[in-house]
Amino acid sequence: MTTLATEPKTESKTDVLLGDEAIALAAIHAGISGAFSYPGTPATEILETIEKRAKRDSAGDVHACWAANEKVAYEEALGMSYAGKRSIVSMKHVGLNVAADPFMNSALTGAHGGLVVVVADDPSMHSSQNEQDTRYYGEFAQLPFYEPANQQEAYDITLEAFEESERLGLPVLIRVVTRLAHSRANVQVRSEGIKPPALGRYKNAIDWTLIPSNARRRNVRLTGMNAQLVEEAEASPYNMLALKGKTGVIASGIATNYVYENLGEDHDVSMLKIARYPIPTKLVKQLVGHCDEVLVVEDGYPFIESRLNGVLGLEGKKIKGRLTGDLPRTGELNPDNVRVGLGLAALPTPEPVDELAGRPPQLCKGCPHADFYNALTEALKEYDNSIVFSDIGCYTLGVLPPYSAIESCVDMGASIGMARGASLAGVHPSCCVIGDSTFAHSGLTPLVGAARSNSNMTVFILDNSTVAMTGAQQTMASGDEVVDLVKGVGVDAERIRIMNPLPRYHEENIKLIQEEVEREGLSVVIARRPCIQI
Amino acid sequence: MEKNIILAGVGGQGILSIAFCICNAALRKGWNFKQSEVHGMSQRGGAVESHVRVADKAIHSDMVPMGRADVVLSVEPLEVLRYAHFVAPNGVLCVSTSPFINIPEYPSLDSLLDKVASFPSYVLVDSKRLAKLAGSGYAENMVMLGSAATYMNIEVPDFDPFIKMLFSKKSERIVEVNWRAVRLGAVATQMFAKHLDEGAGAMGALKAVENLSDDILMEQAETLNPMASTV
Ligand SMILES: Cc1ncc(C[n+]2csc(CCOP(=O)(O)OP(=O)(O)O)c2C)c(N)n1
Ligand code: SF4
Repeated sequence: MTTLATEPKTESKTDVLLGDEAIALAAIHAGISGAFSYPGTPATEILETIEKRAKRDSAGDVHACWAANEKVAYEEALGMSYAGKRSIVSMKHVGLNVAADPFMNSALTGAHGGLVVVVADDPSMHSSQNEQDTRYYGEFAQLPFYEPANQQEAYDITLEAFEESERLGLPVLIRVVTRLAHSRANVQVRSEGIKPPALGRYKNAIDWTLIPSNARRRNVRLTGMNAQLVEEAEASPYNMLALKGKTGVIASGIATNYVYENLGEDHDVSMLKIARYPIPTKLVKQLVGHCDEVLVVEDGYPFIESRLNGVLGLEGKKIKGRLTGDLPRTGELNPDNVRVGLGLAALPTPEPVDELAGRPPQLCKGCPHADFYNALTEALKEYDNSIVFSDIGCYTLGVLPPYSAIESCVDMGASIGMARGASLAGVHPSCCVIGDSTFAHSGLTPLVGAARSNSNMTVFILDNSTVAMTGAQQTMASGDEVVDLVKGVGVDAERIRIMNPLPRYHEENIKLIQEEVEREGLSVVIARRPCIQI
Repeated sequence: MEKNIILAGVGGQGILSIAFCICNAALRKGWNFKQSEVHGMSQRGGAVESHVRVADKAIHSDMVPMGRADVVLSVEPLEVLRYAHFVAPNGVLCVSTSPFINIPEYPSLDSLLDKVASFPSYVLVDSKRLAKLAGSGYAENMVMLGSAATYMNIEVPDFDPFIKMLFSKKSERIVEVNWRAVRLGAVATQMFAKHLDEGAGAMGALKAVENLSDDILMEQAETLNPMASTV
């Protein structure tokens, strides 16, 4: 198998890149025609970099597009692949939940132009609701996937992934984690891009039309590739086995670095590094066969570890990792907890200073959301059966004092459906707050249902004209566009109210909120004032 | 050669600019570097940190291991304490004495400086005064970069081209302000360390630097190599 990564890079230069930027630049160099995404930490910089650098680093035209949500982004990338062009779609881990439908089904249709799906996980939840591990999705969809260990691999693997996608006729997934996405290093990159093969349109439309008869056929194709994909992972230069002593380590992705960091040059530990999946079975068997004791070090869930032990465990072998308490069960790995897992003595350190005042993130001084919450909490003060569901964005910080104004944050767009559910359960006032970008992402569909049934609830759309939380990307709809959308899904024009969240309108805003809360049926109140950071 | 630095501060205090200068100066020397940072939620006025590693050999972990930080630098005196225990036995804390107060239960400055002074090696830098002296209250981060330079095998002028890259969009004057700020940080750090070595104690050493006139500090800063000509 010839891969770009193993070809000598005749013309290369050094660049300073975040993991995300390395992926972006490799995609440009691989000759993509388009990049699609919805913002989400820690993946946002992939599309941002393609937006910034495509002109400078690409020979052809690259469309860099923010989509309304991850599902749409995925489908746009898939359409481009069908048309025979290379495309990349990137998102944070929970974004793949939203895009799971096209993702799972595209494993059956397959890809034509190289389709690379990059998903950034956030172990330790620096900026996320959970720490789900995307490798399960890779396995679930039965696709080949990668987990680069460093910025250089992020670059090289992304180049390879486009080739692999076209060779195998499958989407290829790349999983990174926060500490790679947001860590910078010097990277050797090509001095110019590649011209990808001209593929033209996909010819066998029947393959991509997943009516049951075709889908069954495509499913046989996909499952028929399982063994081949394992063999290819076993042969991949990104998976490396070095047999030494009877103690072994299996490390994947970025966790590999923490192992090397602690072992140094001179050690007797047998080592299997995994960066390409499906799990390279033969290599795992060789390592475990050689060793009495194996520590599995992976950033995320115990994905590899749980498969090694299986249901019955391995007779005569000691498998250690997150499930056995040798490494922490949750949260990201770091050089320190891996050191403990390896059984090495801790380095001498001073005692941590205890009882330090925390410094949580907070709304900026003068933020429109702050003035909105001040009015909302005041307006609802007298009600003892009210609920305010929230969504995800800067406004979620309204959960913290001094506002303490909201009672949930589950997933993008959740608040509207939840308010309807609670109102049906007899809660009044049943309210929800949702930002303009979150509304366009996943708020329209639940609002259709609430409007059809004229549910007794009040929806607050906080229109600050931007996607503030993730660094002020362009929002899909703001100002009158939001009003038109709300009307369009069937909300009575007369039940759409607009307020300006500023301290000087505090009293009238309270009155407006109370009026709408008191009216039977569905009201939509739009609090409209731009984020002060744009 | 390997140097590990943890940068601490509050979102918006410019620690990523500090990291930018260190990494590029290292790269220019032909060294490797890794720099890890946290984006997103934590940037909204919350605590932020960045790990910077530079070395003339391969660097594995993007994060500095506990007990291996040669410098823990903080642009304000509370945040240093969150990471102070990362410091290596022969490492140093470089700490600004100007608090960034955006939380209700912010501790007293004295109590914070006492805690810093309980570590074996530290320098306290009045970054606010020095930044103003350099010409802008916004240059505190560069003052602290100058402070850390003393412990990093990097000469202050090595940062000049990258300070220029950071600020030339603003104006030539701002570039010069920041060049001065790094130098003032380095000078104040050396003076503080000297007085501390001589047994002045934390408060005594701080006082001794405070008593130096602006003119003397500026004069000392000028001795740290020509600025523009190196760029
Ligand atoms: C499925 C999914 N995609 C992306 C994100 C990341 N994310 C959190 S909030 C947010 C945008 C919020 O924008 P908006 O609703 O306009 O609120 P603002 O931050 O501007 O107040 C994004 C993209 C997420 N948590 N989940
Ligand atoms: S970035 Fe904008 S929306 Fe977010 S807290 Fe600041 S002002 Fe508010």
